[in-house]
Amino acid sequence: MKNRLKVLRAMRDWSQGDLADRLEVSRQSVNAIETGKYDPSLPLAFRIAELFALPIEQIFDSPTKKD
Amino acid sequence: MLKSKSPAMRRYTQRIVLLMSGYVAILFGVNAYFDNSHPTGLSAFAAAILPALPIIGVFAVIARLLVELRDEYLRVMLVRQILIATGFMLSVATAWGFLEAFGLAPHVEAYYAAILWFGGLGLGGCVNAWLERRGEAS
Repeated sequence: MKNRLKVLRAMRDWSQGDLADRLEVSRQSVNAIETGKYDPSLPLAFRIAELFALPIEQIFDSPTKKD
Repeated sequence: MLKSKSPAMRRYTQRIVLLMSGYVAILFGVNAYFDNSHPTGLSAFAAAILPALPIIGVFAVIARLLVELRDEYLRVMLVRQILIATGFMLSVATAWGFLEAFGLAPHVEAYYAAILWFGGLGLGGCVNAWLERRGEAS
């Protein structure tokens, strides 16, 4: 699933490790989500959205939505 | 197994080291007991089953790791690793069973299933790494 995680992280000058610590997941997970290799569960997607204070749809592209 | 130094992984490593140390000690002890005392009956059964217990414990420790891992991505990777190990072990054991039944392969003790399964975990780890590199982690 495409997402803006890398951009949002870069805007805050956070490393993948910083974001991983804030989300209480591994750096491996952050990398997998950022690169679209792994789609997070709904609870983790909400944690990400709450951390960036944004709605989920502003972070993750809907997989059913075609541009 | 997984690239992580989370508390769950640390506990997993400690438990595995403890169980494997116990396994080696028990195996030496039981071998010596059979060599020196030639037990029979119930005591022989009880002694012979002892080395299996730490190995069964390893299965329980891996199951516990699945429960304790808080990182859902690492849990997905571990589940895939376990599924690959189980599929590998069942496939080889089934094929070997038929070869043995038709007299084309020698008899192998059933505990080799566990060895195959642990080998399958290694295979699963390789598959995980390969899929990660290809960008198909899940």
